[in-house]
Amino acid sequence: MAGRTIAVAAAVGIALALFPFVITGPFPLHVMILTFLFATLGVAWNIMGGYAGMFSFGQAAFFGIGAYTSSFLLTRYGVNPWLGLVAGGGLAALTAAAIGYPCSHLRGHYFAIASIAFAEIVRTHFNNWKLIGAAEGLSIPLDTRGIAAFQFDSKTPYYFIALAFLIVALAVCWWVTNSRMGYYFRAIKESHDLAMVLGISFVRYRLWAITISAFLSAAAGTFYAQYVLYLDPESVLILSISVQVVLVAMLGGAGSLFGPVIGAAILIPLSEITRIKLGEKGTGVDLMLYGALITLISVYQPKGVWGFLSTLGASRARKQAGPP
Amino acid sequence: MSQQLIQQLVNGLLIGCVYSLIAIGLTLIWGVMNIVNFAHGDFLMIGMFTSFWCYTLFHIDPLFSLPLVALLLFTLGLLIYRFAVSKVMRGPMLAQLVVTFGVSIFLANTAVLLWTPDFRLIDKPLLAGTWNFGTVQISVPKVVASVGSVVVSGALMLFLNRTRTGKAILATEMNRDSALLMGINTDRVNALSFGIGSALVGVAGGFLAMYYYIYPQVGGLFGTISFAIVALGGFGSISGAFIAGILVGLVQTLGGYFFDPAYKYAIVFLLYLLVVWFRPQGLRGW
Repeated sequence: MAGRTIAVAAAVGIALALFPFVITGPFPLHVMILTFLFATLGVAWNIMGGYAGMFSFGQAAFFGIGAYTSSFLLTRYGVNPWLGLVAGGGLAALTAAAIGYPCSHLRGHYFAIASIAFAEIVRTHFNNWKLIGAAEGLSIPLDTRGIAAFQFDSKTPYYFIALAFLIVALAVCWWVTNSRMGYYFRAIKESHDLAMVLGISFVRYRLWAITISAFLSAAAGTFYAQYVLYLDPESVLILSISVQVVLVAMLGGAGSLFGPVIGAAILIPLSEITRIKLGEKGTGVDLMLYGALITLISVYQPKGVWGFLSTLGASRARKQAGPP
Repeated sequence: MSQQLIQQLVNGLLIGCVYSLIAIGLTLIWGVMNIVNFAHGDFLMIGMFTSFWCYTLFHIDPLFSLPLVALLLFTLGLLIYRFAVSKVMRGPMLAQLVVTFGVSIFLANTAVLLWTPDFRLIDKPLLAGTWNFGTVQISVPKVVASVGSVVVSGALMLFLNRTRTGKAILATEMNRDSALLMGINTDRVNALSFGIGSALVGVAGGFLAMYYYIYPQVGGLFGTISFAIVALGGFGSISGAFIAGILVGLVQTLGGYFFDPAYKYAIVFLLYLLVVWFRPQGLRGW
């Protein structure tokens, strides 16, 4: 069993490493980059949503704060975007702690709606904040120094950096969920009251989940800014990004390490391709199908693809073991 | 008090009454089956468009198309309950949160496909014009919409408190298991509440269509505000939603007046965060 897992991992690794050299068109690479990006955001969401049970519909706020911090520092003070990434992550984590402290005792729907309210406040403010370009947004000046400037004229380096971000996010998620903290997260998710009786500091562990998630989302934001080289509030701070992140995690399987990766691998190519094929006239057909798909997934596959695969695996294992 | 401030108070009160009706529809659904309907704003949009097309194609004033709007939205609510929401009631909570998001995106973009993203307006409603009190102007369609909303909210209260069906809904909202034991068909109550909640927001849309811009994405704004109102008023509390609706209307216009109109909705969301910080159960929740 372990041998097969290693073989699968090696095959996936080699395929991903070779992909940009075999398929060279800009569109497939773009789709792959977006897939990695949303997988990273989905993994970040999973830490607070899937494991700690805080269903955030406001991840766009952290994503946007990351994108804006590095871009603002770069355009205004010439700060290197790699440093900006750390600054953005730090600022997003601080913001998350500040907003998460009062919100951490909210449950279920109340938390979800509070997260929407928070993200809408951030969006409104950024839309009117002259210092960072308000609704006009920020353009990042061209820089040809390559990796030092976090800017490239080919998509291939972006592909590998996005992949690296995803691997880091997965490693963080694995480490968090397999540490003592991860077990506390799940205990809190299963039962607030029981966890409290066991002496698990509810607020402290929820804050850890929120800040880690915010830091990773913000790092993805910086990547996005350096990739498209232009950002405005309506492209990084809108509710539809937050919803997309939740869907990626849910479709793949919330609360499993690779769930969001599978979710992104299905949802992002699907939405990009339908957008290109059907959405160019702005008729809304692509988004109509997308909405219908979301509804169908929630109704027929509410535990996600990962949940489906593991029930399938479990029933096969039971069959192999023979009748009881 | 300056005339302008009075004007803002009046405007806040007028929009607040319509907010109340929208929020009552949402809180009824939320309270009875513990589901947040993220498509609520889009139901409002469909109500507005129904009024608009009745007016444009058949020259029926929005005031007279209200029964049709209510009936149509009631049916739409039943269908969505039957084919989407009821299927996830026993599923994971995340699926319950996401399912109506799908419906919302679907409805808004169906409207884009059918009617383009353009802004529309009913130019000559039956009751039009403004009343002037000094420099304070009160628009007649807004008054009609607000008074109408209050009347419909009152009618719902009467229905819930005075009829057997209404009492069954309230009982289910208080305790589903006990209601079931008392012989209430809670599944039917769910469907009925979803239908009534949708009809209420549809009627609110019919009222709003008398003076507000009508476009496919209009539901996003009203939907998000109505979540804040419902949570502010307290989970499932109808009187709470009514009070919170008017409060939010006032906060929004006064915040715009004293601070910056661009931030008026942000101020509403800030108010929501402050209230749930100190009272997680909302103003009138328990």
